[in-house]
Amino acid sequence: MATRPTTQFGTERTGICIMSIASEMRGILPTANLQRLLDALSAKGYRIIGPTAHDGSVVWETVRSVSDLPIGWRDQQEPGRYRLEQTASQEVFGVVHGPQSLKPFVFAPREPLLQIERTKDGFAPRQMIPQLEKVAVIGARACDLAGLTVQDRIFLNDAYRDPYYAARREGLFVIAVNCVRALSTCFCASMETGPRAKTGFDLALTEVDDRLLIEAGSEAGFDLLSDLSLSPAPQKLLDEAATRVDACGHSQVRRLERSRLPQALYDAHEHPRWDDVAGCCLACTNCTMVCPTCFCHAAEETPDLDHQQTAHVRLWDSCFTQEHGYIHGKNIRPTIKDRYRMWLTHKLASWIDQFGMSGCVGCGRCITWCPVGIDLTEELSALLVPASRSSVTSQQVEGP
Amino acid sequence: MGDRLVHHGEATKKAARPRLAVFKFASCDGCQLSILNLEEDLLALGQALDIAYFPEASSDMKPGPYDIGLVEGSITTAEDAHRILSIRRQTKVLITIGACATAGGIQALRNWADVEAFKQVVYPSPEYIQSLSTSTPISEHVQVDFELWGCPIDKGQLLRVITDLIAGIQPRLPADSVCLECKRRGNVCVLVAKGMPCLGPVTRIGCGAICPGMGRDCYGCFGPSEGARKGPGLPPNTASLAKHFHGGLQLIPIEIMRRFRGINGYGSSFLAESNAWEKKT
Ligand code: SF4
Ligand code: SF4
Ligand code: SF4
Ligand code: SF4
Repeated sequence: MATRPTTQFGTERTGICIMSIASEMRGILPTANLQRLLDALSAKGYRIIGPTAHDGSVVWETVRSVSDLPIGWRDQQEPGRYRLEQTASQEVFGVVHGPQSLKPFVFAPREPLLQIERTKDGFAPRQMIPQLEKVAVIGARACDLAGLTVQDRIFLNDAYRDPYYAARREGLFVIAVNCVRALSTCFCASMETGPRAKTGFDLALTEVDDRLLIEAGSEAGFDLLSDLSLSPAPQKLLDEAATRVDACGHSQVRRLERSRLPQALYDAHEHPRWDDVAGCCLACTNCTMVCPTCFCHAAEETPDLDHQQTAHVRLWDSCFTQEHGYIHGKNIRPTIKDRYRMWLTHKLASWIDQFGMSGCVGCGRCITWCPVGIDLTEELSALLVPASRSSVTSQQVEGP
Repeated sequence: MGDRLVHHGEATKKAARPRLAVFKFASCDGCQLSILNLEEDLLALGQALDIAYFPEASSDMKPGPYDIGLVEGSITTAEDAHRILSIRRQTKVLITIGACATAGGIQALRNWADVEAFKQVVYPSPEYIQSLSTSTPISEHVQVDFELWGCPIDKGQLLRVITDLIAGIQPRLPADSVCLECKRRGNVCVLVAKGMPCLGPVTRIGCGAICPGMGRDCYGCFGPSEGARKGPGLPPNTASLAKHFHGGLQLIPIEIMRRFRGINGYGSSFLAESNAWEKKT
């Protein structure tokens, strides 16, 4: 995916390849005993967060017992559409993902950065670094981990280390789940970010019928695994898990054509396809909000009426908003076309120049959660076809 | 705009405080109640400002001129069309509050109907009713400095605008879509996950995305997002959303027309969209 190594942060979490894991770093746990893992995490002082069924999808919430997880549910995702359905199975991790990636845990949607008080001779700012909280997230997917790696690259970059992000990141313990079922919107295989969690996790689970294969990916994960004293995983189960995860990758119907990036997208700057997609796009910001890598934010003051104090607040922003394109005296991205082009070109091309990696990890969330179902893989394919043949091609929305 | 207030900064506390007036036109009083619902902030407001004219709250009504004028309600009578002109002359910074004052309100549905016929049906003595055939926003009659959308307005947003004006800075009124706040709050999208015809993508931020937060679809009470009537930006892409309601969510044209012709139906881009779908019914 990246032209430069992407795993230079959080070194104890990185670089462990599934094939080289020593046998004591993995074990099997009957799914019926999953509560043991949750209890072990609680005993170590973690607040456990997992996917819970909510309003027709899953959202991250504190879970105490396995029954809080969406047992037996599966998600079906397609452009602009998400549905949960109940199955007869006892699968615990049958729901692949909801609208949220790991982003909200480290890069908060809204947080005060400074509390500023007026003083006799000016003002006094106080930095509001979040308190360290031990949070264990269970159910993150390979694409979520890849997204976290991208955000680490941005927020923990030595010279511009963000202390707010760093404080939240420090307490995070990630229990990944390897995917054995792909959604119609997934394309992590073509981005080489999944469906197997490669780096950045503390523990990784693979659900094989009524058993969970558990692997450690960090020292903290190894400690926890040791506490559980699991029985070793037989080779047959390891093979079966690997086969299912591989099959999941092969089953993906979407892929992103990235061999000619970034240059091909720069060359497509005047392509008529941008007008077509602008006719469809609502500039609603949903794609950027759900994206695990998008990092844009705005800042606002929240002064009291008497102007004696204010909180300087950072909140998620998006390149689809009007103000985002405003520079002194002028808006440089007034139209939806300008904004969609900015988004896609940054995500898939200039991100590579900027950070040495793609801004897309192939999770497909922007496709599902776009109210009108705009699909970036389809847009890119159209943009890569020379202009004369691709103008006014497929329409995302059926006209009346 | 704040520099139009004579008093600002430290001076406001001791010397003359900016004078606030609250005026009512055709409306339900809900936005004025939002001011009274400020609770303890109302006391702070009363200290920061001289609440000179607010008949809903006090019978002590002092004459103008006023520094800040909040106007609730739309123009529906000849008398009101005249009254707003004199209010404008007495008010330095005029702010409309709510869907009625800003876009004509739900009563602007009369703009597509025969008001005379309504009078005959509703009133035993229709000859006593003096009313214009339209309900129009304040900005169609006088220059408006700031517009606060919503039915009712968000009281936090009102407080924020007043706070900025007292400080002498330009109030910031974001015109982004409701979706931005909806996602910040971690709501599950009701359009994508439940197929509900949510207007959030083309509706202005400001309410805190409370309807999707309660599992229902936004009906656009904050009016069109950016570039609606005032301010920078282009009108929202209502056409694409409406097409999706039709082709994706299977709404029939009259349902789409009604979706856009609600509380802010007379707000520019919603108006154009509902008219476009009326032709298809
Ligand atoms: S651009 Fe879309 S598919 Fe790629 S990481 Fe972001 S949300 Fe996922
Ligand atoms: S691509 Fe879709 S989700 Fe993104 S801003 Fe446009 S309409 Fe919204
Ligand atoms: S529920 Fe409505 S406001 Fe929220 S993201 Fe979906 S379309 Fe936007
Ligand atoms: S979600 Fe929409 S209808 Fe509901 S309060 Fe907000 S703007 Fe109004």
